[in-house]
Amino acid sequence: MSGKTVTTTINGDAVEFVCGADETLLDTLRDRLGLTGSKEGCGTGDCGACSVVLDGRLVCSCLVLAAEVEGRTVETIEGMASGEELHPLQTKFIEHAALQCGICTPGFLVAAKSLLDRNPDPTETEVRYWLAGNLCRCTGYDKIVRAVMDAARELREAKNAA
Amino acid sequence: MRYESPGTVADAVAMLAAEAGIAKVLAGGTDLLVQTRSGMVEPDLVVDLKRIPGMLDIQAEDGGFRIGAGVSCAALGEHDELKAMWPGVVEAANLIGSTQVQGRATMTGNLCNASPAADSVPAMIAAGATVRIEGPNGDRDIAVEDLAAGPGKTTLEKGEMVTSVFLPGRPANSGDAYLRFIPRTEMDIAVVGAAVSLTLDDAGACTAARVSLGAVAPRALLVEDAAKALIGTKVDDDAMEKLAAACSAAASPIDDKRGTVAFRVDVAGVLARRACGIALSRARS
Repeated sequence: MSGKTVTTTINGDAVEFVCGADETLLDTLRDRLGLTGSKEGCGTGDCGACSVVLDGRLVCSCLVLAAEVEGRTVETIEGMASGEELHPLQTKFIEHAALQCGICTPGFLVAAKSLLDRNPDPTETEVRYWLAGNLCRCTGYDKIVRAVMDAARELREAKNAA
Repeated sequence: MRYESPGTVADAVAMLAAEAGIAKVLAGGTDLLVQTRSGMVEPDLVVDLKRIPGMLDIQAEDGGFRIGAGVSCAALGEHDELKAMWPGVVEAANLIGSTQVQGRATMTGNLCNASPAADSVPAMIAAGATVRIEGPNGDRDIAVEDLAAGPGKTTLEKGEMVTSVFLPGRPANSGDAYLRFIPRTEMDIAVVGAAVSLTLDDAGACTAARVSLGAVAPRALLVEDAAKALIGTKVDDDAMEKLAAACSAAASPIDDKRGTVAFRVDVAGVLARRACGIALSRARS
């Protein structure tokens, strides 16, 4: 099978890779680029564990062909913390014990950040609908929703103080 | 499988027409990639239309809007003028899947996937939307209701692709709405879907109406008897009762795990009536 050379930007870095025509972005991230934070839960766009942001839009990387991201920008969970400093969403997930097994967590964090980037002050209902495509079989969602609401509050306060 | 991302419709059509094996058009991929990954479809060629100029644009045209085949449902929901003109169509498109799916899924894909339960399709049919088809023999416009041929099948000829959806402009005092029944609040497939679009005159009488049902037949239905029940009336209880009866009469669903025949027939009338109520209040406001 002939490979396809793709040049793209991932978490702000220029990246070049060769992929198969039927290869998903998720498989490229995990298997070629070593970015294993994005998980494969279902592979059919139902669980959201593979969530990434593609040109500013939240998408399931299992339903994107790697060849499609030529010249585009991709943001993954690996780009969320600044060095050793966790993003407030990550800190709040730990504080609220919003994870157990952790498989869904990267997807929830990427999806929640995408919500807060658009809407810094969401209602609980808005959080729940935005995250309806992220499945968690451990926590029952309440702790996740509380962590997102709390992180949103902290981010707003930090912005107001600045 | 080969992947191509041509820069013009002419190139895309030439590739689709020349392929001896199975050729598929890729818009948002939320159906196609699920099908290819499960082995349900094994394409020899996938043609990504998103690099073709115009495919990601929503453009004003003749008082209405032309929506490129690659426009995501999320982008539709962010377009204030489109939402103001066709709130029912945008709401229907925004019901499809999760936030992640919304970021990729397109109305054109929803239509060409030809699921009888596609949410945006009844809303487009009620709106009187057309699609532009381009192919080896030039282009043609057809009504949305004429595109699906049955579950998973379309009337597209070899080499043809849908390049845009056109939502026409509307007179004053018009409104549309789409409702679906699902047993959950989100992330589900319609058991029944119903869309109504109507226009009133200055005295509040209905001068034009279109009614469409999803998930109650092999493809979405345009229910002309239901529209006739409204036209010429003030859309009062009696007219809405007749609309509901016409929709239940038109429904010819199957029994499956999502719902029984009896349930779907009944709910088709109930939902059409409720959607009509919303369309009416929008037309009056």
